[in-house]
Amino acid sequence: MTDGAKVVEIGGVSKQFGQTTALEGIDLEIGEREFVSLIGPSGCGKSTLLRIIGDLIDPSSGTVVVNGKSARQARRDRDYGIVFQDPVLYDWRTVAKNVALPLEMARWSRQKRNKRVQEMLELVELQGFESHRPWQLSGGMQQRVSIARALSFDPALLLMDEPFGALDEMTRERLNMELLKIWEASGSTIVFVTHSIAEAVFLSTRVVVMSPRPGRISEVIPVDLPQPRTATTREEPHFFELVTRVREALHLGQDLERAAPAAQEATA
Amino acid sequence: MSSTAPVAVQPVPRGGLGRLVGRRVVDWLPALVVFVAIIALWQGLIVWTHAQQFLLPKPTSIGSAFWTYRHELWSAGWYTFQEALGGFVLGSGIAILVALVLARWRPLGTALLPYAVAANAIPIIAFAPITNQWFGGGLTKSSKIAIAAVLCFFPVLVNTLRGLTSVRPQDLELMRSYAAGNIEVFRRVRIPTALPFMFTGLKVASVLAMIGAVVGEYFGGALNAIGVLILSRSRVFQFNEAWAGVLVVCLFGLALYIAVAIVERLTLRWVPSTSE
Repeated sequence: MTDGAKVVEIGGVSKQFGQTTALEGIDLEIGEREFVSLIGPSGCGKSTLLRIIGDLIDPSSGTVVVNGKSARQARRDRDYGIVFQDPVLYDWRTVAKNVALPLEMARWSRQKRNKRVQEMLELVELQGFESHRPWQLSGGMQQRVSIARALSFDPALLLMDEPFGALDEMTRERLNMELLKIWEASGSTIVFVTHSIAEAVFLSTRVVVMSPRPGRISEVIPVDLPQPRTATTREEPHFFELVTRVREALHLGQDLERAAPAAQEATA
Repeated sequence: MSSTAPVAVQPVPRGGLGRLVGRRVVDWLPALVVFVAIIALWQGLIVWTHAQQFLLPKPTSIGSAFWTYRHELWSAGWYTFQEALGGFVLGSGIAILVALVLARWRPLGTALLPYAVAANAIPIIAFAPITNQWFGGGLTKSSKIAIAAVLCFFPVLVNTLRGLTSVRPQDLELMRSYAAGNIEVFRRVRIPTALPFMFTGLKVASVLAMIGAVVGEYFGGALNAIGVLILSRSRVFQFNEAWAGVLVVCLFGLALYIAVAIVERLTLRWVPSTSE
């Protein structure tokens, strides 16, 4: 765990959806400038946890503090930007206007808005596409617009819900590099949900491994690969060691799950 | 509308009305050929079979009657068009407002939508003789405006409401992450999403408006209205003139439809299918 101020503090969070327990007893603290990945099989509640941090879903019990205030207040103060698996761009807006959307809602002046949109499009390398419509861009470009929009108002926290899950491997690796550059440049804290072990290890300062039914944190693995990460990071032996560790932690979680019904059968 | 354009960057569609119209002419060429062929076939069949003109006049006879009485026909058509336009604006306007209210207070919408859909299926035109008497007697413009407005109301209401409520959940989730209020969600997400649906309703309504006004006039209307003209001419067996009147109704009805379609194209530049 890093020192310095805590951006996210989750204490004893549980979430019930009807009869099913999506999350149980989640405790997690995320410090300033951390890049934390949530990884786990489908149904482990990683997306639910992300939405609870963003106050898009209410927890059934427990507390969530973001930037030293309640998650609700943090959302009202627009303390975080969010990127979904689907880029969620509005077709009736141009690329530039999609990026400007949160700025419009925060009542920035047009001049300030245009300047920032230019900066953001430069950051995600989409200069020249200002007046394009979202559907005219490729999937990877759309997701970059979505990232530019999420970062445009300088939020302290960036929540990302499998942002590259729908992209091909090559585009995904390129965007991983870009995301790290953006992370360094913007100085924000990132919580990143993913299915991909390699992606989690490559990007993160910490990987939170979750297991399903009920969703819980089974292991937190610090990633001590040197910063900044480069293309060769993926080829280092230590990278593979960490990938193996995460994989084993994931399997351990699943084996436990598989063992549970078997044990029940045995006792029956 | 979908966001799956994985290959390359498509060019920004440029060009205004000029390009729009230019494309149209080429697109409509096959339809134009069919039109000319049908008219020729019509003319040929009547000449060939010596059909009685009260059954179906020759296109050329209708054309010459249209030319001879063009001033009278034009002013009668214009009179009825005003009724239709008034009904269209009134009915559609109220429908859009009601749709907004029903979308904002959803339980109300859920309770009322089935009736709106059912009313949409009722042949409202059947009420024309009755409504003619309701609104200041059969001779007034307002009685025709009323029937046209009622005809326009339901398709616009049903379509607009469907549009306002068919917003993608993730679009709303993004708005929620910005702590957007209800008005902001309507302004930035629901209304833009609803516009294509609304225009579908408006195009249906534009056709119904002219029908409503003309049929309303069949049950009594001002002497200088096109519906009354068609009725009176066919009663005295002046079928060429009656058909010329029908032609005028078609032209005005088409004009209203095309006007709505043009506004749609100009408004919905961002929908892939309309900007192409």
